[in-house]
Amino acid sequence: MNHSLSFTRLFPIVLWFAGSAVVLFLIAPIIAIVPLSFNAEPFFTYPMPGLSLRWYEEFFSSEVWQLALKNSIIVAVCATLLSTVLGTLAAIGLSRPDCPSRATLTAILISPMIVPVIVSAVGIYYAFAAIGLLNTLTGLVLAHTAIGAPFVVITVTATLASFDHNLMRAASSLGATPFEAVLRIMLPIIAPGVVSGALFAFVTSFDEVVIALFIAGSEERTLPRQMWSGVRETLSPTIAAVATLLILFSTLFLATVQCLQRRAERQKLTRTD
Amino acid sequence: MAITLTDEVVRNAVDTAALTRRLRGLRRKGQMRALLLIAPLMFFLLAIFVLPIGMLLTRSVDNSEVALTLPNTVNALASWDGATVPDEAIYAAFAADLKASPREDVAEVAKRLNYYETGMRSMLLKTARTVRNAEASYKDAFIAIDEQWGTPRYWRILKQAMPELTDFYLLAALDMSRNEAGAIAAVAPENAVHVDVLLRTFAVSASVTLLCLLLGYPLAALIARSQGAVANTLLILVLLPFWTSLLVRTSAWVVLLQSRGVVNSALAWLGLIDPSQPLELIYNRIGVLVAMTHILLPFMVLPIYSVMKSIPPVYLRAASSLGAPPLSAFWRIYLPMSMPGVSAGGLLVFILALGYYITPALVGGPRDQMVSYYIAYYSNQVTNWGMAAALSAILLVAVLILYAVYNRIVGIDRLRIG
Amino acid sequence: MNRISLLLQTSVLSLAMIVPALAEETLTVTSWGGAYTKSQEQAFFAPYSKETGVKILQDEWDGSTAKLKGMVETGQVTWDVVDVEPGHALQGCDEGWLDEIDYSKLGGKEAFIDGAAMDCAAATIVFGTIYAYDASKFPNGGPTTMADLFDTQKFPGPRALRKAPKTTLEFALIADGVVPAEVYNVLGTPEGVDRAFKKLDTIKKDVKVWWTAGAQPPQLLADGEVLMTTAWNGRIYDAVKNSGKDFKIVWDGQGMDFNLWAQPKGSPHKEAADKFIAYTMNPDVMARQSQYISYGPTLKAAIAKVPADILPDLPTAPENTKTAFVVSAEFWADHDEELTERFNKWLAQ
Repeated sequence: MNHSLSFTRLFPIVLWFAGSAVVLFLIAPIIAIVPLSFNAEPFFTYPMPGLSLRWYEEFFSSEVWQLALKNSIIVAVCATLLSTVLGTLAAIGLSRPDCPSRATLTAILISPMIVPVIVSAVGIYYAFAAIGLLNTLTGLVLAHTAIGAPFVVITVTATLASFDHNLMRAASSLGATPFEAVLRIMLPIIAPGVVSGALFAFVTSFDEVVIALFIAGSEERTLPRQMWSGVRETLSPTIAAVATLLILFSTLFLATVQCLQRRAERQKLTRTD
Repeated sequence: MAITLTDEVVRNAVDTAALTRRLRGLRRKGQMRALLLIAPLMFFLLAIFVLPIGMLLTRSVDNSEVALTLPNTVNALASWDGATVPDEAIYAAFAADLKASPREDVAEVAKRLNYYETGMRSMLLKTARTVRNAEASYKDAFIAIDEQWGTPRYWRILKQAMPELTDFYLLAALDMSRNEAGAIAAVAPENAVHVDVLLRTFAVSASVTLLCLLLGYPLAALIARSQGAVANTLLILVLLPFWTSLLVRTSAWVVLLQSRGVVNSALAWLGLIDPSQPLELIYNRIGVLVAMTHILLPFMVLPIYSVMKSIPPVYLRAASSLGAPPLSAFWRIYLPMSMPGVSAGGLLVFILALGYYITPALVGGPRDQMVSYYIAYYSNQVTNWGMAAALSAILLVAVLILYAVYNRIVGIDRLRIG
Repeated sequence: MNRISLLLQTSVLSLAMIVPALAEETLTVTSWGGAYTKSQEQAFFAPYSKETGVKILQDEWDGSTAKLKGMVETGQVTWDVVDVEPGHALQGCDEGWLDEIDYSKLGGKEAFIDGAAMDCAAATIVFGTIYAYDASKFPNGGPTTMADLFDTQKFPGPRALRKAPKTTLEFALIADGVVPAEVYNVLGTPEGVDRAFKKLDTIKKDVKVWWTAGAQPPQLLADGEVLMTTAWNGRIYDAVKNSGKDFKIVWDGQGMDFNLWAQPKGSPHKEAADKFIAYTMNPDVMARQSQYISYGPTLKAAIAKVPADILPDLPTAPENTKTAFVVSAEFWADHDEELTERFNKWLAQ
């Protein structure tokens, strides 16, 4: 009895200790790289001899990095728009109560997320070479749309799972065209899912390196592609500066998605009330 | 007893049929609408994703380059018995093909033949260079270039390389080949690497999955037990790495783990290691396991957490009030109930790990590279599409089988992100 | 505060850049990265852009021909000028993926030193593949011979070698006692190749990093990641001169080689590339590069213009060529692909 009592008291402490250690393992590497980007000297050791913004200046003044940033933004924005439209339409289709062989169709539409990216990259390289899409931003946008769309399908399907399709019937019985019904009833309700799917698609494209490695030329270099050659050759602190900016960026994204999800949950609650 | 059909019965029957028809029509219309909405993405993916991968996979059995470049030789060799020295007609046909083909095509054939016999490449290129300016008798011209052309051996290799379909690459991906008699046998040990690479890929993925489980399970349990702001904060700390760029996380590990990196300098500062003898934490298996576990951990924590959250704490309390010691309550109630999350997370992590390329390439040594690295190597560095395709096929089959298992156990519609 | 406003300004500017830049003439030059590309930038790219307004985009490669061949085969060439090694130049001519050089625009083949004017590529520098170490790690004297690189008894500690058979196999044979002048006679036989790999076997577990980019070796030495590493001599010179490192080069058994400009077949800016190459083939312009990196020029007329203080650091200095061999273009054009395959299999085992 005594034994088990102490165990019950001990257990939460052990769990806290273990859990915190794992959280530390998850977060520490990301935190550790941030201060190093302000290091005055080009080394990666603590303690740092002095602080400086020179690596940020290098990033913002280097033509190569700026070209990479520009390409990444263009490709990610276009791929996000395309995959959001295609993915949302498909998710609406999949969620219709009368959708045939839903499981198979979903499995196919989600597969770009599951197929190893190297296989997709080599396949796309091989096919794009035949039709002249290598070394073009268009090619990169198309490829990134394919791997980004599944995220939109998943998030939008998830929001639609709780969607009451009777609302659509009600709308049409009140004289709304199907298009109007989607635009004015469905979209506002699934908007959080669409937006968080779009954010996922954006981040997927913005972070994608393997496909870029295969199908992008020097003029289409993206940010991750540039980082890859940086890490592989000489790990300059400019990489740490870029990494810090990207961490900032992902934190913002995460915050946005969290807000959206909370809003969606609140909506769900008010609807069931 | 006579059966009489009253008007009413008939009318009803007719109406039911019409109604069923109408209903079926409506349902078909609804189905069409659903499919129409799905169609744009489906066709897009077929064109940009499915078709390209399919095209690539056909390269794993495709062997048309030899037959396309040497059409006359194919015809001439068709009737050759394979044992005697060929006659002048065959030499002339081969010479005509070499003269007619552009240099880059001959180079492709030479490369292809070199897979069968090392040294064939430079030999054929040399032959092609000389034969372009040669006249009949071609037999003498060939033998003048290399005496081996006067024996059946090279011709047998040439003939072996002729068929338009081949199992050569798929066999090679499993470290096997056909000998001259056509029987399948293991390749020489110094050439056997692929099986090793495939096993290594599975071993690394399994270790990473296990590590993720060991680290992820307690963390998920902690989050599930916590409430309010604490639970939220913990979740956000799991999600932040998930949202952070893969390259950022990988470079962070390079910074941390290198000889004079953060970990080693911290250990030296604490006096735990001699600064001149830093721990070797990177460009080896340790680096790969640490970095991959870090990157894949959120994929383990999130599914386990979402299952744990749905376990009513009442069950555990009931168990202990019925006298079960906490450990056995955990073992016999909590653990089995959280298993769906474990299998979902475990399968997902394992599937994703199988295809890893960037992280092992940056933090691993040559003996830690997984199958993705070799696919990239064959397509990007030595342009051996056949081998790249064969290895892709094996990786793809493994992943798709696991995907089907995942779909069966977890259900793809339960896949949640963020 | 100033810096922050600069940051803000530049980030606004970078957003403005998303609006497509004005069309201008560009040229993509692909080279080997790091200090070498930097020296080309200082000696050639920047002055050329300034004089002509042509914008030069840089790309990097590691000498594996697949990508280059793939571009030509698929007709989607993005590189206008590529810095190649002699083996590539022969192979590219043979297999038809490099354009021939018109030497009438470059002052004729006779303006070049022996072997520098190849049919499909014109050399700009002579470089040496050597090995180097951090002298501060060897208080009792460092290694002096090629055999020392492979001698882990005498000099225990991690090494780095190039992740390619070229020069790595030659070094193994020389360390195993083959006379540098005989190295290709031995390597040309299957037994010789086996012998080289057998020698490499003896230090395989001590090779911590297999480098692929020329910028890696000085970095690996500086980080203390390895004790000694093979390298291209100019990279080590750069680290000594510009970062004050105490690195020493071992010239014993060095492999002398050329780097050459080549033009992939079907390059998008062929004419601009011709002009750029002709520009660098002016003795005064070519000699400029030796101010930035310790590589020797290939035009006879440029040799006299090299600054005197760098002469002893060039791979061609008499002191450095006593036990040198010249990397054989013919051998590597013929055997690069099959030895690369074998090398990579060996690495994976």
